[in-house]
Amino acid sequence: MGLFILRRLGVMLLTALCLTFVVFFLTNLYPNLEKLAKTQGNQRMSDEQVVSWLENRGYMQPTLVKYGQWLGVVPGFRNTLDDGQFVGTCARPGSTPETTPRFCGVLQGDWGYSTVFKEEVGTIVAKRLGNTGYLMFWVLLLMVPTALLVGVLAGMREGSALDRSLSTFSIITTATPEYVSGVIFIAIFTSSTVGLKWFKGTATQAMDNPTFENFFLPVLTIALYGMGYIARMTRASMTEVMTAQYIRTARLKGVSFSNIVLKHALRNALIAPFTVIMLQFPWLLNGVVIVETLFNYKGFGWALVQAAGNNDIQLLLAISVVSVFVVLVTQLISDIGYVYLNPRIRIS
Amino acid sequence: MEPLSWTGSLAFLNPILMIALVALAVSVLVWILASIVLPEPQMTVNADGTVSSSGGLRSLVEAALWYSFLASIATVVAYLLLGVFMGTGAGIVGAVAQQFLPVWVSLIILFAMSVAFKRRLGLYGKLFDSPIGMIGFALVMFWVFTGIFGALDLIVTHDPLVQLSGMKNKVPGTPLPNPEDGQFAWYLLGGDNLARDVFSRMVKGAWIVVQIAPLATMFAFMVGITLGLPAGYYGGRLDTFLSFLANLILAFPVILLFYLLVTPEIVATGVPNYMAAVLFIFPILFIAVLLNSRYYTRPNFRTPLLIGVLGIAIWLYLSLISTGGHVINTDAYSIWGLPTYLDLFDIPGGILVVFVSVVFVNSPTVFRIVRGLAMDIKTRDYVAAAQTRGEGPWYIMLWEILPNARGPLIVDFCLRIGYTTILLGTLGFFGLGLPPESPDWGSTINEGRKLLSIYLHPALPPALALLSLVLGLNLLADGLREESLKD
Repeated sequence: MGLFILRRLGVMLLTALCLTFVVFFLTNLYPNLEKLAKTQGNQRMSDEQVVSWLENRGYMQPTLVKYGQWLGVVPGFRNTLDDGQFVGTCARPGSTPETTPRFCGVLQGDWGYSTVFKEEVGTIVAKRLGNTGYLMFWVLLLMVPTALLVGVLAGMREGSALDRSLSTFSIITTATPEYVSGVIFIAIFTSSTVGLKWFKGTATQAMDNPTFENFFLPVLTIALYGMGYIARMTRASMTEVMTAQYIRTARLKGVSFSNIVLKHALRNALIAPFTVIMLQFPWLLNGVVIVETLFNYKGFGWALVQAAGNNDIQLLLAISVVSVFVVLVTQLISDIGYVYLNPRIRIS
Repeated sequence: MEPLSWTGSLAFLNPILMIALVALAVSVLVWILASIVLPEPQMTVNADGTVSSSGGLRSLVEAALWYSFLASIATVVAYLLLGVFMGTGAGIVGAVAQQFLPVWVSLIILFAMSVAFKRRLGLYGKLFDSPIGMIGFALVMFWVFTGIFGALDLIVTHDPLVQLSGMKNKVPGTPLPNPEDGQFAWYLLGGDNLARDVFSRMVKGAWIVVQIAPLATMFAFMVGITLGLPAGYYGGRLDTFLSFLANLILAFPVILLFYLLVTPEIVATGVPNYMAAVLFIFPILFIAVLLNSRYYTRPNFRTPLLIGVLGIAIWLYLSLISTGGHVINTDAYSIWGLPTYLDLFDIPGGILVVFVSVVFVNSPTVFRIVRGLAMDIKTRDYVAAAQTRGEGPWYIMLWEILPNARGPLIVDFCLRIGYTTILLGTLGFFGLGLPPESPDWGSTINEGRKLLSIYLHPALPPALALLSLVLGLNLLADGLREESLKD
């Protein structure tokens, strides 16, 4: 088991390196750098000015060197401009050659400096992740129990009225992406045309002061889309368990139906959904980006949109590291958890 | 011109529909409760060996459900049928029903033909045994026909890109201030915030989805199958390497990938063209290997067949990837492609990058499914028989394993078209790729959401259209799964 986890960690590290390099490569293509130069410097720069702006700030070095600097294995670029301003990968506004460290990269715990927000990337990501973490906590709290309940109730008696209506419900939720359900919810519950006005159409205030009124719709929108899929998987696993031999034995020896479901079936039926819930995290990340844009909630997804829209290279890299980390760790947890939950499977 | 009301002179049907819908809702609730509370019907075995069940409350509840369902459906059909004949006389509903006339006719013909010949149509015919599959198929074909006829300018009432003054954010059914001769006199579903017709934009948006989604899914399947079969069949290093690549792409959050790939700057570097050149080669490889492995024992037949098929395929491939005589045309350098007089069609850079990135995102998942199926099927006896017969590995993969994996693949194909539709909507929602004035559903939702608290009508039609198409594809996949399991 230890060896297995070690190998998985190795693969994870390799994946993360490859992915960040891809992001690095794509954000460092010349047209993207040109856009960066024009947004940071001056919109009306000529082509020569763009090149010299980029060269002065070390953006024209070979990609591998720049990647090494970002990782912290190559000394950071440093240069003093003609007007005496000190610039470089490790430089911050107001820093001098003496106060700037030689290496500054992920290995040194320095995530870089955001060109859009004019702030340390580490602090931005931490703050935005905090907002998103709060959102995700409530999403999971709403989504997982509801989905499991729906799935178990539907799979308990295959083909019954309850099964058919709950299955229809879960098919409809899987067919409704967040930007559709969000728009429909905003239209019904917040607009002055329909006139219900139960909730707020934006979650901007929810960052400081989350209330049921301004926070429930974003949570519901993300939860619904993921819920259907988990519920369908739970239903499939529950129906499979309910046809198993030991359930028939339990029925024949006269155990009551509620006891069969609660004591015999449920525990076995919940193994498969555990994996599904874990693998659902990457999709939740998508939902987060859409919903945060739709409801104007300034979290991780919102930061992603801002970073990508303005080609903020270091912020974008940090965001991709975090999201790749989330994806890979949930995969690992799902694999390990599956082994622990299901004693029939043992990894050599 | 008078503004149109929703139902016009069919308003007498409204209370009937309300009653029917309320009855339906109540009977569904009662049905669910009854199935929990009431005991299951007792089966009694009669003396002559037949079995009869006592009717009781349960069958009563089911009858109530059935009749209220029929009543609701009948009222809706009455709206549509009367609407087709009365047109704008029957309000917005009637006018919309009349505009959709070609779609109704095609749907009726398609269903009549399919039901009549369903025994001869294989899996497709079996679909018409499952009510869920039929509903899903009807929804999907509704949008397919809408897309096709919309592209032929049959359904649309106005040009989706033209702005008419005085129609900004007008509610559904508003008449044009000064209509010209031959111009449709109303905005059926209102105007958006640039004074364009919401109804026509929705119909035109269907065409974009119907064009891109199935084709992109097909390409993703070609890539996934061509790589997944050998990975599953051979295993070993090849499998490890390809799986690592697939997991690499899957570990990327889709939206981040889109934001990195689908930007005008990336289009300018030619990266999508390189990706297109690589990804679009897989269908050619697939066809070549497919035909060669089958017919290589008959060279006289194989050689002309391959030359013919591959000639056409390569021609299509080259005209697909080359635009204006270049494969890649950036400021810094360009690579020559097919000359313009041989180029069959040009794909604008924006569409190409959307297409490529959707294929790119979908193919790893297909790869994993195909790989899993191949690993499962390669242990079967018929594969062993083919190996003993001395068949080559590609023959076994493509003509033994693939046909036996078709059930799950067809089901996944339907689901994946739905997923691709959602992805296209996501791209439009973030304003990536497609031009901003394009009538695709995602962009329209994105534009409409900004004024959502005051004007609902620009955002809701495309949202509901997308929802119904994806729902239809999901139901279709469910129906197909059910029927293919019965095989």
